[in-house]
Parts: sequence; structure tokens; C-alpha cells
Amino acid sequence: MAPSNMTKTKTEPGRLDPVLLAVLKGRLEQIADEMDATLFRSAFNPIIAEAHDASHGLYHKDTGETLIQGKSGLPIFVGAMSFAVKMVIDTIEKDGLTLQDGDVFIFNDPYEGGTHLSDFKLVRPFFRKDELFCFMASVGHWHDVGGAVPGNYNPAATECYQEGMLIPPVRLFRAGVLNPDIVAILQANSRQPVSLYGDLNGQISALDLGQKRLGELLDEYSAELVLEALVQLKARAAKLMTGHIEALPDGTYSAEDWLDNDGIVDAPLKVALDIIVEGGAMTLDFSRTSEACAGPVNIARSTAIASCYVALKHIFRDVPANSGVLEPIRFVIPNGSLLSVSRPKPVGGYTETILRVIDVMFVAISKVVPEMSNGCAYGTINALSLAGYRENGARWVMFSFFGGGHGGHPLGDGLNHGNAPISTATIPPLEILEAAYPVRFTQWALRSDSGGPGRHRGGLGAVYEIELLEKEADVFLFGERGRYAPPGVAGGGMGALNRFTYPDANGEDATPPMASKMVDIALSRGQRVRIEAPGGGGYGDAKTREPARIAEDVRLGYVSVQAAADDYHCVVSAAGVLDAAATKKLRA
Amino acid sequence: MAGSQSVVGVDVGGTFTDVFFLNEEDGTCAVAKVPSTLEDQSIGIRAGIAEQMPKLGEVSLIVHGTTVATNALLERKGARAGIITTAGFRDLIEMRRRDRPETWGLWGMFEPVVPRDLRLEVDERVLADGSVHTALDADEVRAAAALLLERGAQSVAIFFMNSYANDANERAAAAAVRDIWPNAHVTASSEILPEIREFERLSTATLNAYLQPHVGDYLERLEGGLRGDGFGGEVLMVQSNGGVMSVDEARAVPVRTALSGPAAGVIAGAHIGISAGYPNLITCDMGGTSFDVSLINDGISTLAAQTAVDFGMVVRTPMIEINTIGAGGGSIAWVDGGGLLQIGPESAGSNPGPVCYGLGNLRPTVTDANLVLGRINGERPIGGKLDRLDGDAAKAAIEAEVGAALGLGVMEAAEAIIRVTNSKMAGAIRLVSVERGHDPAKFVAMPFGGGGALHTGALIKDIGLAKALVPRFPGVTSAMGCVIADMRFDRVHTLNALLADLDIAALEAEIATTTQDGSERLAAANVSFNHTESEIELDMLYVGQTHTVPVRVERGGLSRGQILSAFEDAYRAAFGRLLDGIETRVLNLRVAVIGRRPKFDLSLLAPTEDASMEESRVESREVWIDGGWQQADIYRRLDLPIGSNVPGPALLEQPDTTIFIDPDLEGSVDNFGNLVIARKEQS
Repeated sequence: MAPSNMTKTKTEPGRLDPVLLAVLKGRLEQIADEMDATLFRSAFNPIIAEAHDASHGLYHKDTGETLIQGKSGLPIFVGAMSFAVKMVIDTIEKDGLTLQDGDVFIFNDPYEGGTHLSDFKLVRPFFRKDELFCFMASVGHWHDVGGAVPGNYNPAATECYQEGMLIPPVRLFRAGVLNPDIVAILQANSRQPVSLYGDLNGQISALDLGQKRLGELLDEYSAELVLEALVQLKARAAKLMTGHIEALPDGTYSAEDWLDNDGIVDAPLKVALDIIVEGGAMTLDFSRTSEACAGPVNIARSTAIASCYVALKHIFRDVPANSGVLEPIRFVIPNGSLLSVSRPKPVGGYTETILRVIDVMFVAISKVVPEMSNGCAYGTINALSLAGYRENGARWVMFSFFGGGHGGHPLGDGLNHGNAPISTATIPPLEILEAAYPVRFTQWALRSDSGGPGRHRGGLGAVYEIELLEKEADVFLFGERGRYAPPGVAGGGMGALNRFTYPDANGEDATPPMASKMVDIALSRGQRVRIEAPGGGGYGDAKTREPARIAEDVRLGYVSVQAAADDYHCVVSAAGVLDAAATKKLRA
Repeated sequence: MAGSQSVVGVDVGGTFTDVFFLNEEDGTCAVAKVPSTLEDQSIGIRAGIAEQMPKLGEVSLIVHGTTVATNALLERKGARAGIITTAGFRDLIEMRRRDRPETWGLWGMFEPVVPRDLRLEVDERVLADGSVHTALDADEVRAAAALLLERGAQSVAIFFMNSYANDANERAAAAAVRDIWPNAHVTASSEILPEIREFERLSTATLNAYLQPHVGDYLERLEGGLRGDGFGGEVLMVQSNGGVMSVDEARAVPVRTALSGPAAGVIAGAHIGISAGYPNLITCDMGGTSFDVSLINDGISTLAAQTAVDFGMVVRTPMIEINTIGAGGGSIAWVDGGGLLQIGPESAGSNPGPVCYGLGNLRPTVTDANLVLGRINGERPIGGKLDRLDGDAAKAAIEAEVGAALGLGVMEAAEAIIRVTNSKMAGAIRLVSVERGHDPAKFVAMPFGGGGALHTGALIKDIGLAKALVPRFPGVTSAMGCVIADMRFDRVHTLNALLADLDIAALEAEIATTTQDGSERLAAANVSFNHTESEIELDMLYVGQTHTVPVRVERGGLSRGQILSAFEDAYRAAFGRLLDGIETRVLNLRVAVIGRRPKFDLSLLAPTEDASMEESRVESREVWIDGGWQQADIYRRLDLPIGSNVPGPALLEQPDTTIFIDPDLEGSVDNFGNLVIARKEQS
């Protein structure tokens, strides 16, 4: 006797009580979580396996809207994947395709589908009694998808074609039968074909598992009941979000911030936001943002909306993660803006731009409700590739994202060395990197004076130094915040700038002419590159920080004697002893 | 010391210290329950033992499940510890794996247990292939140790990069530190965890150093006190993996006791379940603030490789996988901004406790709802701390905080609280069962702790579990677990070799040496075993992956082909497909040596023959069930005879818990005195 017969609830379809709703929400989230875990555990490249740059969920059969998303995947995908699924729906319609159970679409188009070429999306229709019930999707950041730069963060790209292969939605499986030709094409276009094969298989395993689990859930309850639960969960998110907006005073709240450059033209790019609150509606107007640029820091409109979703979820944490969050939100993002480009504009560095979108959200919100905001986080992922050939001729590509400080916030100082707001990634263990690639980390430390001054100080960024153990390698860096530091809020100061150091042709220390982006650095055995990542912005006026806490910061080396005096107006000895009288005088 | 044949198990909880006595000579047993003495747990333990065994000379063995380490970690009350590490890496403990506490929201904070001025670097470096890049200068290490002492460090962890691949520098540094360190509190990371992954190894070693003085002092007080009382036997400690170890081992590796207390309960659950014919069970320990769930499959607990005691506080040693959620009797019920009823995670704990305790809390809890629904006897609260419970106050709180917001009457609101609580508990159970692919129909729930048995009926129906098994003494389950826990020695070692290159003979030799070492440690403890056995596992992966699958292999006669096929079986089971043409790698070797301790016959606990169903029935009262009042019979649980059958709705009371049997369920007493709850049509 199947357990399902015992677990039927007494509730009629269409009228869900809050208890059953909570139960179904938990079950649905567990399905997506388990899909996440399946891919993380079986993936080959550390960007997925360790950094969790992947996501799984269930999406609406007609609109592609996010119904349920795993809790452990990359937050930015929560918003972006609905656009990806919509692109598949549009393709089916446009090409007049007949969907079959067991079909799986694969693609990485970043314009309609969001994010960048490295993210391969697999979308699979889920049928229930011969009828389409929803879509399931898996997205993961692959190690290398071709293009000019190993690891695909190419700061010199001016067209997407220089960033990697671009695959439109095509069927990897038809009615459950794999098309091996597609796998062969994908593998032939990657510097890391084995890694690609492993990650692709992990994503297929995750979809298989989701298929099985969702089927079990619908057997246990009914399709109607589960559908009704999904509708109500969305309504609930929309209601909570509207309530939060209603609580804000009507008005316009603005912020602007800058990207260093696009990697091609050395000129700053503006990201500007006006938040307009009117009753229960909120408009996010990005009209004052720079035009699209030549280099790869453009993003598609779908990506811009997805990043606003992430910022809203960080600020209004109790709203459930589904498309209801965006219901009371209107977007103004002019076509041709930096935040709304189409093919073939390069978008490989999308992570940098969406971090800036999130930063302006925090700053603009802090102007009306500082108690709900926080200083900006370090604001750059510092995508670093080291690539070369081993003595036996084998190709190696080490590709990693680095961290930095989080902003000071209403409860206290910012977190030292956190992950980017768009991700929940952890960094791969250094011992695993050292075992896999010919490198040695020579420093892995917190960076003094990098936290933005504030009543609650920004968290510290980090210093990472890497030495090459093989004969030679090429290094590529894609970063930001080399010229515009992470802002504080509510009177808090800025975190430190990002700084990258490498040996030039004479072996002298050099920094990139474009501040935070660089290609084709030739490194030879024993030479080192160094990232000094930004800290977070401060929260509140630095001169109101308790002197005893500054003295402690100096004693532990988080803040220098000089910065204590300049930023905090505090006189502290190198040993961390406060001169109370001198401080009082300075602060007067 | 003739005739010293008694084994004593002790579990110290937040409110009570439970003691279980087993006389191995005549097989009799007894229990004692005394108030915990949290400032020094050893006082309560000695008092509890003295209740039944005033002459400690008659006790041969005391086994202890402790929360001393858990509490020291959670409350950050460990020692002033230092770290000596590779140049360039002193901030690693604070930088973690570059994470944050919550997915949503950027308001995280983290303070490492070792402050920056107690983290010192020395010039040394080993590379990933095990070669020494920079040799160690022992004088530099001694100078660092001297500086740490000067700065007040009581203990020290030594962690060097890649010491899993070659521990020479780390061993030399540990020896240099031990030359001058005034006590035994020196931990080298490769001594306790020679496994790849630097943060996890450093964190485990650091937390060990942080705990050593604290746990060491406690064990000293405990052993000293017991010896002073005339005890001449052995003291063993329960580890987080459910095995026991000697006091000396616990002093050296206290981090292995991080989940000692809950692990003992799971051990007892397994034994009770197997004895009663239910080797597949899910233990459910419901206390005041939390609900701990663990799955036992075919009599065996799942072991997790690591756990985070709190954000950034990672302990990587084998632990019984216990899933904890914030749903206990004291968990607070509230309605959120979206109109959804929520339970916890905030808890009123046991002080001030639920509204009905009358100690100042005015927000309704799960216990308040159980009281209002008539499932708890307000005139005879369990535990004996209070004379009676204030039902009117509980009602008023539920009406004001939940009923009004949801538009429900007070009874409906109380019932809703229980339903949401049950669904949270069901979620926790699903996570360890259904979500791992276990068919719930093959499992029984085993509630213990104070509150679990009130909710079991709903759980078995909601999840589709077969039955529930309520042990005869739910309140002393963990103490009983101490008495029967096996002794266990675990060792992990990173090999990091291609299967094709693996030196099989060397692997066999290492397995033999490690097994021998484990057996010797077990023998040294002077404890009786039925037999000893070993479990050997390889952590394996395809070349290019970073996560492994555990592959069980047998000792002796290993071959490459055999290892590969064992890996493929394990991989296929986990991911449904194999990857053709990709080489495999063996990352770690794990060896466990287990001394199986004699189990005692649980029928000793069974009701006496003069028990009678009629006499055990004391009264009846109204209980609110499914939207209306129903008359439920009340029984004194311990007086029910073997074979008696109690149809629901019914309430079974005993000093340490209350059991609720739903109207569509019935309970029967088995030969061991356990109560088996099942659907009426089934039996």
C-alpha cells in the first residue's frame, strides 16, 4: 500500500488552508534544493561544485515565471531563469515545435535568457497526464565555453562572439533520447571538454531527480492542489511586497554610482536609479544611466530586472522567493541603455554591472529608510584566470572569483571577507586549487584599512597573492571598483579601492592601465600576482563610533593609527591604547 | 572492588540529569532523575548516581553523554586559545570559505574564537605534492609559542598549509611547542584531521584547542569527584559519532564530543528499535526549544562528515546526522505580515517558558496550545517543577496573538498551532527520510524527550510512516544510550591518488596499521566487548570533481578492479549515471574500529505481571480533536500490562511525558513495555 493514500488532506481543491500551503511550499522547495545538491556534488568545475554558481527551479508553463526556486543556488538566477524559460516558450511557439515528454532544451543565449555565455541553461517540460504542467530548469556556470579568453571573462571583447560560443535553444534530448551531436559540438568548442561533459551530466542528473520528485508530489497530493498552492504563494509574496512599499513615504529617492570603464574605452559609466514610491507601487527608473558601451559590462534588460529582484530580497527579507516579489514593481530601462542591450553587444562582465545595480538600490533605499539598508559590499567579483600548459602538454585553466568586505549595517560592523550579494558562493579550498593547478598561494589575509569608516565599520576586504609554479602562464583579470570605491550609507564612508598588482616585462610591480581589467599578462615561474580587494562601505557617521572600539581595531591591525585619526578623529597608539583627552579634543 | 558489575549511563540536559543503571551481573536496571547543575555538571552527575548507588565501589563503568563542549561552543565560553600557522595565513580562521550566514540579507557578523593578536605566523611551507618548499625553524616556533603564552593563551592549535600531504613541518612544530608549553593543550591539525581542505582542518583543530582546557577541567572534576566518592572503574565519553572513547581521548580531542548528548539518544533508539523488531526508524527528540531528528536505516545511523555548530564554526569529524529545527514545546506561535501562521524559531525555553507557566512570557507557545486542547494535564505537569499550569492565561494569549489575526476562535487557533508545528516537524523528518529516497512506509517514528509523544500520531499520518514506537522510559533514553554505546575509533587520511596509480599494497598496509592502532586503543580502555570490527571506506571521485562519494571496501585482498566496481555502484546509486572514459581518484581513506559492547535485554524494563488494564485507567477528559471535543480515556502508562490495547482517542500519562493517541489510531504494549501506535485498521 503506497503511503500516499494515508496522506491525503481533507481540504477541497482550490481552497488551501495556510497549513497545507506551508507544507506544500516546503515540499516544493525541497525538490529544488535536492536538484541543487545533486549538481553541486557531481559537478566537475569548482565554480559549480564549490562556488554554487548554479540554480534549479520550477517555472510557469505559459509565462515562464518563477514558481519555486532552490535556496542554495545563485540568487541572481532566481530572477534571470524566468526569462530563460520564457525564451524556450517563445522558441516553441515561433518554430511551431511539438513538445514531448522527455525533451530537454539547452542554450546559453544571454540576451533573452539573461546573465552571460558561461551559464548553460537546460529547460525541460514537465508533463502530467499528457498535459504540460510546468517547466523545470537547471543552470550552471561552465568552466570554459570557448572565445578569446580561458574562463570567458574577456575584458577586451566588443562582440559576444569573442566571449564564447552562443547556443540558441536546441533540443539536447527528444522524447528522452540524447542527441550526441550536440554534446560533440559543445565539447569541441571548449578548452575544458571533460569538465563540460561532467557538468552537463550533473545538470541532467538534477533534472532527472526533479522529474521524479515532482511526480511523487503530484501523486501524493493532486496537480490541481499543487498548482493552487503555487498561485497562492505568488499572491502572498506580492501582498507582502506591496505592504512593504505602502509603509514607505511617497517620494523619489535617487542614487548614482560608476563603473571604472568597459575595458575598451577608459571612461567611467554611470548607473543611476530613481526609486519612485506612490502608494503601494514602486517604479525603478534607470533612465539616467549611461548608454550601452563598447566593452563587456553591458547587461540585458532581463538581467537588470533579475538584479533588482536580488536587491529587493536582500532589503525585504521576509518576502518569499518567487515572481510575486516583482508584481508591484514597474521598471523604466530604456532600450540601448547599458542595462538593456541586445545582440551582439558583449555582456561577459555582467556580474560587475549587476553588483552596481544592487549598490544603487541600497544607497537609494537608505535615503528613505536607512534602518533597512546597509553600506555597499565590495562590489566586484575579480574574475581571475591563470592558464597555461603543463610540461606534458596538458592545458590547465584556473578560474576563480574572489571576495571582499560587506557593508556596515544597523546591527553592527560589516562581515569581513564575504561573498558577493548576487551569490551564496563559497571559495574553493586553496589546498584543492594547489593540488589541481601549478600555483602556490603566498598570502591569504584580511586587508587593513579597507573597511569603510562608520559608526558601524565596513567589513575588511582581503589580500590574495598567487605564485606560479609552472614555467609560464597567461593571466586575465576582470574586476571593478578600481576607481570608484564602495559607498557607505547613513553618513558612513567608502571602503578601499580594488587594486591588482602584476610583474611587468621588466619584472617590476605594475597595475593595470584600465585600473581593474587586464588581459594577456605573461607570468613566469616564481612570479606573483596580487589582488587587494575592497572592503565594504561604512554605516553611520565614523566620528560617532565608540573610541574603545577603534582602539581595539587598531590593536588588532584592522585600522591603522593614521586612519583612526583621519577617519574617526581618534588618537590611538600603535599598541591600541586610546588617548581619551586628545580624542575628545579632536572630536570637539 | 569485588562485585563491581554495574554500568551507569549519564545524560546531562538543560533541566535534568538522567542516570540509567544496569547491573550486568543480575541484569536489573534502575533510573534516577535529578536537577542539572549547569555551573558544574559533575555535581549533578554524582548526586544522580548516589541516588541509586551510594557505594560507588560497586560501579565498574560510567558512560557519559555531555553537552559541555556543545554549550562552550554555542555560548563562546571556551579557552583563550592561540594559533601558530604558515606565513601568509593567520587570517584564514576569520576569512572562512568566504561565505555569509544567510542567503538573503547582508547583515551578517562573525567573530572567530581566536582573536587576531593570538594568531601568529612562522616561515614554513609544504606544497600540494608533499614536498617541503620552506623548512621549519624550530626556534621561530618556540618564540611564537612563548609570545602566545605571554599574551595569556591557555591552549594552541598548530596548522600548516598542505600538512595533510606531508605533516613533517607540523609535527616538528608541535614537538617544539610541547617543549615549552606548560600543559597538554596543544593540537596539531594533522594529528586530528589529516584531510585536504584547509579551512575545515584549521577550524576543527582550532575549536579543539578552544575546548581543551574547558573540557579537560570538567573531566578532571568529574573523575576526581567520582574517585573521591570511591569509584575505581572506567569513565567513557560519548562521541558525536555515537561511539564512546576514553577520558584520555576526550581530553585530547574534545571537539569529537560536540554533539555527544544527542548522539546517545540515537544509539538508544537504534537498540530499542532493533530489539522490538523495527530496525528502520526515525528518532524524534522534542525538548523545550528544538526538535532533533535522526534516521536509522537497518539498524545503522547515518554519519555526516562535518557540521557547522554555528556560522563559521565548522567541525569536521564523523557525526551522527541529526537534523535540528527550532520547534519545541517553548517555541512561540505568531502571525507574520503576510497572514501566515509561523512557529518559532524564537522560543520561550523553560524559563520564562510557555504562558501557562505564569513566569512572565505572554506570547503563546506549542505547549500552551497542547494545554488548551486538553492534551496536557494542567493539574499534573511533567517534571515536577510547577504545581499546576494556567490554562486560562494560555487561552488568552492564543486568542490575542493568533486567533484575532487569523480570524479563528481560540480552539481553532490552538489546533492551527499544533498543525503548523506538526508540519514543520514533518518537514524535518522528510528531509532525513523521503528526501534521501527512503520510503516512509518502511519506517517507524520513535519519539522521546518531554514533548515528542504528543505529536507522533499526526506525524505518522502526515508523512506516511508505518507506526510509532514510544520507549518505556522516553525521558531517560539518552542515558540508556550511554550504557549500550559501542566504543569507536575513527581515522581519516588523504591519499589523493589516481586509482590507476594507487599503491594497493601500501593501502593494505596502512589499513592494517590503522586498524591495529585502533584495536590497541580499544583494548587499553579496560572495557568488555562482544567483539571488535572495522569499517573501511574510500572517498572517491572522477578526476576533475571536488566532491566525493563514499565507497565501502573490505579488508584484505583488495584489487583495482574491485575498488572501481564498488565506486561505480556507489556513483550510480547517487547520481543515476556513470561518466564514460574519465579516470577515478581516491581522495581519502577512512577507517573505523568498533568495539561492540554487550547489549542488555530490554525485556527487563517490561511491565510486571500484576499490571492490569483496568487499574491503569484513571479517568477521562475532553480533548479537542479535528474541530470538536471528544471524550478521551486517561491511563497511567507504566501500569499498562504487556499486550494491552488502547484505542484512541486516549492520553497516556507517565512522570516524564504524555502520549496522545489520535481517534483513528491505537496503541499496544509490546513485550518490552514499548507502546506501538498504529492505524486502527492495521492491527
